[in-house]
Amino acid sequence: MTEQFKKKITSEHKMLDLHLRETFQYKDLIFLFVKRDFTSRYKQTILGPLWAVIQPLLSTIVFVIVFGKLANLTTADVAGDFCLPQFLFYMSGNICWIYFSTTFETTTKVFIDNSSVMGKVYFPRLVSPISVTISKLIPFVIQLGMFVALWLFYLVKGGTSIIITPWLLLVPLLILQMMLLSMGLGLIISAFTTRYRDLLMLVTFGLEILRYFCPIAYGLQLVPQSFRGIYVLNPLTPILTTFRLAFFGFGYFNLFEYLISWVVTGVILFVGLLCFNKTERNFMDII
Amino acid sequence: MVIMKVENLSKVYMLGQIAQTTLRDAFQRLGAKAQGKKDPTRPIGQDFVHGELFTALDDVSFTINKGERIGIIGHNGAGKSTLIKLISQVTAPTDGMIGLNGRVASMLEVGTGFHLELTGRENIYMNGAILGMRKSEIDEKIEDIIEFSECRKFIDTPVKRYSSGMFVKLGFAVAAHLDSEIVIMDEVLAVGDMAFQKKCLDKMNELSRDKGKTILYVSHNMGTIRRLCNRVIVLEKGHLIYDGEVEAGIECYMGSTRKLELVNTYEDENRHSGDGQIWINQSCFLDKTGFPIFYKGENIRIGVDFKAEKAFDDLAFRWVIYSSADVSVGMATTKSDIRVEQGDNHINTELNIDWLSPGKYIVYLAAYSVDVYGNAAIHDMVTDAFVFEKVLMVDENNRMDWHHNEWGYVMFPEIKHMTKE
Repeated sequence: MTEQFKKKITSEHKMLDLHLRETFQYKDLIFLFVKRDFTSRYKQTILGPLWAVIQPLLSTIVFVIVFGKLANLTTADVAGDFCLPQFLFYMSGNICWIYFSTTFETTTKVFIDNSSVMGKVYFPRLVSPISVTISKLIPFVIQLGMFVALWLFYLVKGGTSIIITPWLLLVPLLILQMMLLSMGLGLIISAFTTRYRDLLMLVTFGLEILRYFCPIAYGLQLVPQSFRGIYVLNPLTPILTTFRLAFFGFGYFNLFEYLISWVVTGVILFVGLLCFNKTERNFMDII
Repeated sequence: MVIMKVENLSKVYMLGQIAQTTLRDAFQRLGAKAQGKKDPTRPIGQDFVHGELFTALDDVSFTINKGERIGIIGHNGAGKSTLIKLISQVTAPTDGMIGLNGRVASMLEVGTGFHLELTGRENIYMNGAILGMRKSEIDEKIEDIIEFSECRKFIDTPVKRYSSGMFVKLGFAVAAHLDSEIVIMDEVLAVGDMAFQKKCLDKMNELSRDKGKTILYVSHNMGTIRRLCNRVIVLEKGHLIYDGEVEAGIECYMGSTRKLELVNTYEDENRHSGDGQIWINQSCFLDKTGFPIFYKGENIRIGVDFKAEKAFDDLAFRWVIYSSADVSVGMATTKSDIRVEQGDNHINTELNIDWLSPGKYIVYLAAYSVDVYGNAAIHDMVTDAFVFEKVLMVDENNRMDWHHNEWGYVMFPEIKHMTKE
């Protein structure tokens, strides 16, 4: 008997069937999840979204004191006589890092956090990590606003080497890359956290270390040339340095390295999607 | 038109702890495997870590046509929930195929994805979207949904302030307005007050009759199955044992626990309730051979063996008689003047059931005593104590079958007619 069905559920698993089209049909749900995250986070708080500003502000102040004043680490990505306020330097790194780390960490837990809903009803599971990636963008944009305000302040005040250049147009692209990268990395780990909860501890710990392997607390200039080859393979590095270049108008840029970082981002995202897709089918039996 | 086809569907679960899997164990296993050693994380005295397999659903096949209202019944662990989960794509089958010709909306729980901090209105959007509705669809229906939920007054209040009843009503209201062709419900109607339950059932009936929706309903409540469904599927231990007409299916499901037996013993403590001063051991039908089947004019005679913790002089027994559809039909009691000694006792009882309509009945047997104010103290009650069947004589009731739904459970004596001579 050969009957035609609009949809077939079988035990077979197509590795490359990523349900992307179906996920797109659920775009309303993605935005509702984002909205839910936002409203539920700031309900019954007085300062509301202002809280988003406080975290990077505090960690930037700490960085200025510890790495800037006490350790006196360089903030230069390239050699040269540039004048850059430390505060602005650390803040640029911190807001990017906060976005990356929170998105990554939440994505790794996406199955665990949503198991109650996912265990009861079907929707394309990719909806959840995508909505996480977007909803983390809201505090990031607020923080970026604070950063831009400070940046404008220094720009108008003068006395620094900051200039506006066409590089500024790269910012949206950088943000996009950051989104894809943090989600992709999170997806890979999420596939394993359903089985091994200890990975979650490892993630928190690993992030703490990774932070110091990125040029956030110091400029790229601090990294010896002999290490550079490996160092820039971390796709976060070109994002951070290019982000600074875009805003400050001077800094480090290497087109080849930047393109590599996109390739790495792409591979991570693709592998992440594959892992996620494989886990998605049966994770309810394991979790 | 075929809307759903299930073919040779199976689902196998692994028994035991799947998550002996901290990362360390996984590495140890991997290492041991590489060296060809035995698995070091294996519990002592057990040869297989990945223990036995449990087949929750075994080679189940059926076809559902558009507009059918299917009840899925079976005991706990029969595979009902697994079947529903597979159809609603929460987890993937181990083997077999499900073909669908329409969207599936599954209500395995009321108010899936409700967020306590959001208002009722926001949660309608949230819940609707999770169940697969587009925002524009919800916009169109939001007024109907609010109206149906009876929560208009509180619709802009966060749901954490709702009573549990309102929560359920809101959840059901959303699901009832889904546009999907197939609606799956897992016993969610068991909550909410009677009026709302009735409203829900009516709504489901209306959806299937007027809009041609297909409904899959899982429940242990045979009353709602009867009212809602026009076909039942009975599962037992992962197998499909019956598929077809409602009454026969329910009989098939009930039959496995409620058999017609002459002697019934009550060792299972779960069947007893009461203060424990009396313990009913056994009951048996007297003067019967074969099966406890009764015709017109026959009385039920039952002998009861029981143990008393102390002596009574005011003990009474009562039978609460249920129909096979779990509807309480009536109660009969002895006088409360039975004298018993402490220790083992035996008593014979007899009941006239001439007025009982034909059918299968289940009796809950209780021993109790009543104080001067009319308050009863139940000393022991046994559920499903014994089952009997009343059968029509050939010439009774003008040779018609008895329809319980229309005629109830009392068959009055024949009406006398006085024809003019």
